[in-house]
Amino acid sequence: MKRTFSIGGIHPHDSKISRECGIKPLAIPGTVYISLSQHIGAPAKPVVAVGDKVKVGQVIAEPGGFVSAFIHSSVSGTVKSIGPRKDLAGNPQMTVEIAVEGDEWLETIDRTPDLVTAIPEDGKEIVEKIRLGGIVGLGGATFPTHVKLMPPPGSKCEMLIINGCECEPYLTSDYRTLLERGEEVVVGAALIAKALGGVPCTFGIEENKPEAIAHIREIIAKLSASDKAYSNISVMSLKKRYPQGGEKQLIDAVMHRQVGSGGLPISVGAVVQNVATALATYEAVQKNKPLFENSVTMTGECFPQQANVMVRVGTPLSFIIDSLGGIPEDAVKIVSGGPMMGRAVANVDAATLKGTGGLLFLTAAQTVRKEASACIRCGRCADACPMGLEPFLLRKLALAGDMAALEANAVADCIECGCCLYSCPANIPLLDIIRLAKADVMKIMRARAAEAKAKAEAEKAAAEAKKSESNG
Amino acid sequence: MGKLLVTPSPHIHTKDSTRSLMLDVVIALLPAVIVSVVFYGWRELMLLGVSVGACLLLEWAVTRFMLKKPSTIGDLSAVITGILLALNVPYTTPWWVIAIGAVFAIGVAKMTFGGIGQNIFNPAIAGRVFLLVSFPTYMTTWSQPQGLFGLDAITGATPLGAVKEGLLAGSSVQDIMAAGGYDYATMLYANLGGSAGEACAIALLAGFVYLLCRRVIKPWITLSIFATVALTSLIFWGINPARFTDPLFNLLTGGLILGACFMATDYVTSPMSAWGGVVFGVGIGFLTMMIRYFGSYPEGVSFAILIMNAFVPLINMAFHQKKFGRK
Repeated sequence: MKRTFSIGGIHPHDSKISRECGIKPLAIPGTVYISLSQHIGAPAKPVVAVGDKVKVGQVIAEPGGFVSAFIHSSVSGTVKSIGPRKDLAGNPQMTVEIAVEGDEWLETIDRTPDLVTAIPEDGKEIVEKIRLGGIVGLGGATFPTHVKLMPPPGSKCEMLIINGCECEPYLTSDYRTLLERGEEVVVGAALIAKALGGVPCTFGIEENKPEAIAHIREIIAKLSASDKAYSNISVMSLKKRYPQGGEKQLIDAVMHRQVGSGGLPISVGAVVQNVATALATYEAVQKNKPLFENSVTMTGECFPQQANVMVRVGTPLSFIIDSLGGIPEDAVKIVSGGPMMGRAVANVDAATLKGTGGLLFLTAAQTVRKEASACIRCGRCADACPMGLEPFLLRKLALAGDMAALEANAVADCIECGCCLYSCPANIPLLDIIRLAKADVMKIMRARAAEAKAKAEAEKAAAEAKKSESNG
Repeated sequence: MGKLLVTPSPHIHTKDSTRSLMLDVVIALLPAVIVSVVFYGWRELMLLGVSVGACLLLEWAVTRFMLKKPSTIGDLSAVITGILLALNVPYTTPWWVIAIGAVFAIGVAKMTFGGIGQNIFNPAIAGRVFLLVSFPTYMTTWSQPQGLFGLDAITGATPLGAVKEGLLAGSSVQDIMAAGGYDYATMLYANLGGSAGEACAIALLAGFVYLLCRRVIKPWITLSIFATVALTSLIFWGINPARFTDPLFNLLTGGLILGACFMATDYVTSPMSAWGGVVFGVGIGFLTMMIRYFGSYPEGVSFAILIMNAFVPLINMAFHQKKFGRK
């Protein structure tokens, strides 16, 4: 019996039509546009000025807060401008524009193909190199990786899980990375495990990728024969089921532990990192190469040239699309990411980010929503919800504006995976409604928490004032 | 390629629709429909036609002229109501009686509540019970069928009716069974003389298995009805076999299989959760047996389902999904 997570989930067709497409480097565009909001958390602060010459891998922005990350130039050339530019949704983001001149890399970057398997003794050094490399979670959330590797005091990591599920249909860049750069990914995983205090590491890979499972097992066997730092790494084959790559679902599947509502994975002793993040870690720690390029799946039944391409961060989407034959005639929507959680692209002139994992082209027949009809109370949304919520109920409460009941029915736990909307036979836009309700409820919860905190502080101050008064 | 479409995720959708699910139920009912026409002849086919036609016409007319909304007959739910209603009456029922039943089922039990998804009571059962209390003579005149190949009609009691009458007359269950000559093996495939849809247990169960395989319904409601009927009758029969009928007899007679497989499992009028479904099924099974043993009607499946339909909102409030990472 193969493992999987315990509640809900769906089985959309995996549509991995680009699975045989090896990762090929894409030409460098004439100009790149590197956003300073590449990650969750505070935007980075630019450290270059207009007119500066930069090299590939040079720092162009530094962290703008604790949860933030370095950003490096992905090209060599001249900084043309620093200012707002529209992202893929059309919202302005601070962006560094660099005109490309040649392809001159920083000398410190090791560009040899040799695999460096020796793991540094000091875990802190690994974390620091990850921080300096500007590495963020590449599974979708782009959370700064070094922050995840510094567990808060009192919590202890027991296992590192490398997320190789790639449970979103269509996407294959993680799969290709496992097949083509498996050695580097395994070393990267060992580095992260070391940084976490030498914890055991498990690769979670879905069973629809048997080649990747066999390949990684082989590499682990080979590496652990000569170096015992690799003996604690294993591969777990998981049943195919969406959203297995969700952090909470993957921990449940691999460790049979459920992260509590509002809790972090570390609260059950787990840290999850994506395959591409492990590769980026390898490059940053062993090769001094910061994160400035990533692989992107270009796919969709209507897209003429299925591909996995390695692109420099900041490459305009239109440049990638045009170099692969342009937008197909019958495509009506371009999705950045997978079809379940990806974001629809409104602006094809937007540039890639570190976390851009794929561009998916969908036809009207594939993606245009049908008109919603009455709820027939079939309960499929509740069966599909991996968080055990009742989307039909949340929708009703949201339409009634009952915030207290929404909170009591755990709307804040929604991970926005889309299983409810996907499975509704009446085409009811469940997630659209729940997403808005969740935002409202979270706002209320945060306001209440802030108020409680302010009240507690005021009481404390009053008590102290009273104390000093009576003393005086 | 004109303007780009920008909508929130998810960007793909299951192929299942209300219509495809309802179509699966219609397909699942086909074996029972075919068997009933073979057993009871063209007259049964006429009843099915009148019933389905009246249900569709009424739903169309109500949405078109009263609610002034787009018609919902395309979702096929009215077709299911029509088929179930026709399968739930004797084949001798006059066409105008079943048309009145359809008016009640769709007009009163379904559309007054707001149409599909809003009704509290299963429309087909509501229609059947309405006919049972309004036209008791037509609804309890059971005739042995002519079939497609012709036989003279003989009026007779159903096994459940015979038991009820026999007990009232002072006979013991054993004597009644011996006099009726009921053979359980035959009842499995040719249970004649009752409502048309009750004729063939195997045809009904085949449809039920089809629905399970297609993942249209889950088995918990149906299985808990069967289990409760079997267990309740086992206890009573064990205590006094002269007064109470045995479990197998109760599982095979009357509308139990039809009701448990196709009417108690109606999405709209059954609980959403698995455990809620079990409670619902246990309630139906127990009430059915209480009516059969102690009520004045020989059969109680329809009443039991209607009564439990009324409890569904309460059951839904009591049973929730197990939430991830919460106690």
